[in-house]
Amino acid sequence: MKSVLLSDPTLRDGNHAVSHLLTTEQIAAYCQAIDQTGMPIVEIGHGNGLGASSLQLGLSKTADFTALKVARDHLKKSKLGVHVIPGFATIEKNLKPAIDLGIDVVRVASHCSEADITEQHIKYARTAGKIVYGVLMMSHMVSPAVLVEEAIKMQSYGAEGIIFMDSAGHYLPEDITKRVTMLVQSLSISVGFHAHNNLGMAIANSIAAVAAGANMLDGCARGFGAGAGNAQLEVLVGVLKRMGYETGIDFYKLLDAADLAESAIIKEMPTISSASIVSGLSGVFSGFMKPVLRISKEFNVDSRDVFFELGKRKIVAGQEDIIIEVAHNLAKRNQTDIK
Amino acid sequence: MNQLKVAILGSGNIGTDLLIKVTRSPYLQCNVFIGRNLASPGIMKARSLNVQTSADGIAYIVQHPACCEIVFDATSATAHQEHAPILKTLNKFVIDLTPAKIGILCVPVVNITDCLKQMNINMITCGGQAAVPIAHALAMTHHEIDYIETISNIASRSAGRATRLNIDEYIHTTEAALKSFTGAKITKAILNLNPAQPCIHMQTTVFAKVKNPQIEKLRHAVGAIAEQIQRYVPGYAIIVPPMIENDRIVVMVRVKGLGDYLPEYAGNLDIINCAALALAEAYAKTKLHPPQKEKAHEICFAQ
Repeated sequence: MKSVLLSDPTLRDGNHAVSHLLTTEQIAAYCQAIDQTGMPIVEIGHGNGLGASSLQLGLSKTADFTALKVARDHLKKSKLGVHVIPGFATIEKNLKPAIDLGIDVVRVASHCSEADITEQHIKYARTAGKIVYGVLMMSHMVSPAVLVEEAIKMQSYGAEGIIFMDSAGHYLPEDITKRVTMLVQSLSISVGFHAHNNLGMAIANSIAAVAAGANMLDGCARGFGAGAGNAQLEVLVGVLKRMGYETGIDFYKLLDAADLAESAIIKEMPTISSASIVSGLSGVFSGFMKPVLRISKEFNVDSRDVFFELGKRKIVAGQEDIIIEVAHNLAKRNQTDIK
Repeated sequence: MNQLKVAILGSGNIGTDLLIKVTRSPYLQCNVFIGRNLASPGIMKARSLNVQTSADGIAYIVQHPACCEIVFDATSATAHQEHAPILKTLNKFVIDLTPAKIGILCVPVVNITDCLKQMNINMITCGGQAAVPIAHALAMTHHEIDYIETISNIASRSAGRATRLNIDEYIHTTEAALKSFTGAKITKAILNLNPAQPCIHMQTTVFAKVKNPQIEKLRHAVGAIAEQIQRYVPGYAIIVPPMIENDRIVVMVRVKGLGDYLPEYAGNLDIINCAALALAEAYAKTKLHPPQKEKAHEICFAQ
């Protein structure tokens, strides 16, 4: 039977959905529950990973170090993973302390065309003996050929697998099939996929990925993640089971963990809101949802205009400050129109 | 007119852009442009400008110590660690454009006078050159800064290999500069590379948390300092003036480059190189005796 390696970033991507305010109690409770299920990897941290707590993206309620320590104490079987974006996190300030604390998996991420900023971080984590994956974010913004080139760079730095992310929830299944097929052909390491659900395609796209040869998938309890949310983990596991893939997950215990997430962590159930659809269509990073809605309201401009303008300017994850500039300019333009 | 001889170490994007700027300077003469590969685009460019080139790295200066009085180091932070003691022995005025932060941190509009007393001067980072003046304006108008953060967004095309390998050093050096120029309790720096075509212009945002924000005073201070910066970085512009958003102070600047080596979008090359040039020219004038009497600040910021 074909098997799929699952990663659960509920406590990382889900942090976007609560403006990075997850508490130590929530982290402890979910880690305890998910550890029972046989989940291979559990990712913890600020929505944008280690060192990303900032005025730009939102300050974490629970500091990286504290969150990782709590997770470490409660994860006995599952491996503890972190998301690391060079440009936010540095080896000295963030990665080394996390490794010293005892994390198991390091996922070093960059925008889909910028793999060469991950070289130092991938090599460092490999040398430290960690399991290291390369992550290419906002992958819809480059052609499949460029995606393959960037993945090959990460492989050459020592990544043991490449996960490409549909950070804006923009893909359709045929887009996934094409990319996975090319990645599998060109790489000698595993290929993984991380879905978002803006256009209702998270599960369908994940299935398309494994059908084309990917063997790693991400999913979050109840889909708890940025914007419209991620692939809903318990649905994903159920569907994979029905299709005959082995995940090693205890399904009832996973359903229990998802119920716990719903009652103890998730304030608003992820839903495909009108804004999520616009965000997905315009190809804007799902993590922009909350700040775009807030800033649009403050500047009294239409959030849909803001999303489409950000999409037109090809703004990438991490450039949240540009939302203010776009809203500021739209407000000025509206004022001129009135005059 | 007399010109002071300079050497440029490093033939990447920064070094080559700097070369073009130096060739325009009335006070400086680029005597040698040094890389590691005679076939690199930077070396080719230097040849087309009839500038002497070498592929011998620092060894060239060691073997020809009379070739220059000023050395611009545009290699990498690791390489500058190695170059700094050698150049010190040779008694060169060293302007370091890597984030090695060995020498005094320099933002011309804020501390050029102090820097002229030193022999190794660090130009921080492109984001540092854009953000520190805003942070300085904040420190001039507020007693205590709890937190200050800067985000720079630059075009992927403008970030060469050394910039990418030094991304951690970029962050550490920018954070150290924000701290040393403002005394803020906590500082944070973020760098985003954006591959959009056509390339995006460099933009830098400063966010801050202070006890009693004085936005009007800050607007004046930021406006005044921006005018001074424009004397040596003509493309520096405030695009979102100081305001409060979501309980944080925000200011945004855009830097349009002069389009010397890379096109106008590469304001990141321009701002650090214009700053380095302003410093080198000020040093040259102290050495060469200025041609006519000028006021102190004009000496600092002449084109």
